[in-house]
Amino acid sequence: MWVSLAAIIVVASAIGIGIMLAISWFPAQGSNVAPKIDTFWNVLIVVSVPIFVSVVTMMLFSIWRWRQRPGEEGLDGPPIHGSTKLEVIWTIIPTIIIAALSTYAAILLLDIQAAPAKGTRVVNVNGIQFAWNFETKTDAGPVKSNLLYLPVNEPVTFDIRSKDVIHAFWVPAFRMQVDAVPGITTSYSLTPTKVGSFDIVCAELCGLGHAYMRSTVTVLPPARYKAVMAGLAHASAAVGGSK
Amino acid sequence: MASKIRQAGWYRALAFTILGIAVCIGLSTGLRAAFGLNPVYDGTAVLQISLLMVPIFFLGGIGCFDYWLRWASGRKVVDDHADHGAKSWKDYFKVNTDHKVIGIQYICVSFFFMFVGGLMAMLVRAELAAPGRQFVDPNTYNGLFSVHATLLIFLFVIPVFAGIANYVLPLMIGAPDMAFPRLNALSFWMLPLAGVMMLLSFLAPGGSFAAGWTAYAPLSVDAPIGQAFFTIAVQFAGASSIATALNFLVTIITMRAPGMTFFRMPLLVWANFSTSLLVVIATPFIAASQFMVLLDRALGFNFFNPAGGGDVLMYQHVFWFYSHPAVYIMMLPGFGIISEVLATRARKPVFGYRMMAFSLLAIVLLGFTVWAHHMFVSGMPNWVRIPMMATTAIIAIPTGIKIFSWVATLWRGVLKMDTPMLWATGFIAMFTLGGISGVMLAMVPLDIHVSDTYFIVAHIHYVLFGGSLFTIFAGIYFWFPKMTGRMFNEKLGKIHFWLTFVFFNLTFAPMHLIGVQGMPRRVSDYAEQFATWNMIISISSFILGLSSLLFLYNMVASWRSGPKASSNPWNSLTIEWQVSSPPPIFNFDTIPSVVGGPYEYGVPGAVHAIVGDPAKDLVPAGAGATEGHS
Ligand SMILES: [Cu+2]
Ligand SMILES: [Cu+2]
Repeated sequence: MWVSLAAIIVVASAIGIGIMLAISWFPAQGSNVAPKIDTFWNVLIVVSVPIFVSVVTMMLFSIWRWRQRPGEEGLDGPPIHGSTKLEVIWTIIPTIIIAALSTYAAILLLDIQAAPAKGTRVVNVNGIQFAWNFETKTDAGPVKSNLLYLPVNEPVTFDIRSKDVIHAFWVPAFRMQVDAVPGITTSYSLTPTKVGSFDIVCAELCGLGHAYMRSTVTVLPPARYKAVMAGLAHASAAVGGSK
Repeated sequence: MASKIRQAGWYRALAFTILGIAVCIGLSTGLRAAFGLNPVYDGTAVLQISLLMVPIFFLGGIGCFDYWLRWASGRKVVDDHADHGAKSWKDYFKVNTDHKVIGIQYICVSFFFMFVGGLMAMLVRAELAAPGRQFVDPNTYNGLFSVHATLLIFLFVIPVFAGIANYVLPLMIGAPDMAFPRLNALSFWMLPLAGVMMLLSFLAPGGSFAAGWTAYAPLSVDAPIGQAFFTIAVQFAGASSIATALNFLVTIITMRAPGMTFFRMPLLVWANFSTSLLVVIATPFIAASQFMVLLDRALGFNFFNPAGGGDVLMYQHVFWFYSHPAVYIMMLPGFGIISEVLATRARKPVFGYRMMAFSLLAIVLLGFTVWAHHMFVSGMPNWVRIPMMATTAIIAIPTGIKIFSWVATLWRGVLKMDTPMLWATGFIAMFTLGGISGVMLAMVPLDIHVSDTYFIVAHIHYVLFGGSLFTIFAGIYFWFPKMTGRMFNEKLGKIHFWLTFVFFNLTFAPMHLIGVQGMPRRVSDYAEQFATWNMIISISSFILGLSSLLFLYNMVASWRSGPKASSNPWNSLTIEWQVSSPPPIFNFDTIPSVVGGPYEYGVPGAVHAIVGDPAKDLVPAGAGATEGHS
């Protein structure tokens, strides 16, 4: 019985892990953070599936094996009150798993929230009901826009602010998010690693237009980025000058 | 007519309500005139004062304070038990001090709000069936999901557990009633007021409250007047649950039958003991958070206005210091129910009884140390994240102990897989999933990505629907024969379970995926790429919603004309099954005496309690009864 139960758990876990890993969970990997999060997710899957499979297998097996059959209506089970050995085992094993996962998560967190190097490009992100404004200093002057442009493979820090209510600055492809909070400046840093356009989403309920508070970040090769920003700086200056 | 108005009841409640509104108008205009404010009559001011005060007038009118006021003013009070027990269905609409009547009142009112809140979820899913606008504008949409969550949390899950425990717990510990029957009645009557207030917010100018059930400042401070309905209704719901929790604590500590030591208490009693500790300590915090919002809104305080020196993040800290423990307030009583059902239907003692009790207390303690895991991306200081991750992850250990012990309880039993048992085992599977996604969310790096996405929506519904609601169904089916004296339709019960189980998973499992893929929550519109899954989710959710009508039909029809139930149809050892179904008006002719553990199934000749045996040195029922009515 124990051998076949163990076999069922191993096989079912393997199948479960296979299916779960085959699902394409995440959007494109657009930053240096993304592959780290996606790997962490895979680890969580590999650890979680066997736990779920074990609980459900033992339960279904009990139901199948010891289901009340006709004629057993008056019967009771054996008066097993517990087992200190088992209880110690199922306290210690989860403790080890939890400790291991938390350690992994803590190391990963310290890595992705590490302070940016001096001189890292800063983009000021302002959330307002219901749009994003981006301000970047460039050699050609300051650029203000509703769309975000970033050069690929260059680190960037976002300083995020809000004047009205709380928003959340989330780029799913970058796997990073933080709230825009009135009264304080929040921030995170990362390096875009993939050329292309990605969604910017407001993830914190901010009122009527919350669902529509979306924008786009376009990650460009450095030369293209320079050209685009120069054009935008020119336009920003023109707008500023005419005021 | 005049005598009817003088008597406690609905006529007097109506009269008092009108009087209350008049007083509030007078108070508001009087004060504004005294301060020289113009105009003297301000509708918003009157409305906010009325929301606070009129419910108290109503409670006075319906008769919640009569006895206390008469006693306090030195007039003669008679303990004639006139308001105890129900002789006809009409008595359920009056102030009643019988814990069994109050239990039924709680359960019926809670389920009413479950159906209303569930209907709102259907409307939300109808809107989300396809991208773009289908039926409702964004303001109504935000209102629908906000009221849905608020009703199901404050008017369903929390009070329905209080209702089940109200009915069952005094019987289980061999008590004639709760410790404070009149406080018990008052606790109940505050609930429908809170619920009606939340629903009335839809009539407010600017629409209902629409800042989510979390009501984060400053969004809730700037919102139209509908928000005040939430801010104030939560005070009444909160006061109700604090009073009930105190009542449970005193009842459990002081009114156990002779011989009922703490380690002979059924685990449902342990669960409600733990829950009540959580409620009493945590609930004042949500009351405070909402009072601060109210003061910001109504009187221009600057608690949450940075320009005036306020602190936006403080709202979240105070709010979650209640609302994380609230998760366990909505879960621990269900843990108790599952232990009762499993032991009885598997015919085995609960595996590791003491660890089951200690793990409840561990969860209570740890539950107060994890609130900021809801704030990993809120902008709070970074250093808080790792400690809060650790404490959150540690809760998985006592929770795991419970899950493994339940499975071990099934092992080698004689398992009767009837309706309550299906719900209990279904709960174990679903709650394990919810627990696993909970541990994932505790892991800060992942949480940063999935905060405020559909992954969260999936997780909370696996915990509160697959978790709490499954235990509620298990409990309602399990004690239905005791409460009504009739049996429910077993076949319908099983169909109800399987429909719910299948379509629950089809509704909520895909939400994990679209969340990780990038769909934020609380949106009435979404990117094209999520359209297919949302359509599947919406269709499943409609069938899920319809399946609850089977439950409703089964309960109503069986209550009216189901076959008569015996006193102990499940052949259980605990005390509530040793009295008639439904139990006599004062529960016991003689107070039972407890002689053993509650789950000694399989031990030959084992008895938990001697009930109705007029043996020597037992406390006479009369003594216990007066004690319960002081
Ligand atoms: Cu938003
Ligand atoms: Cu929490």
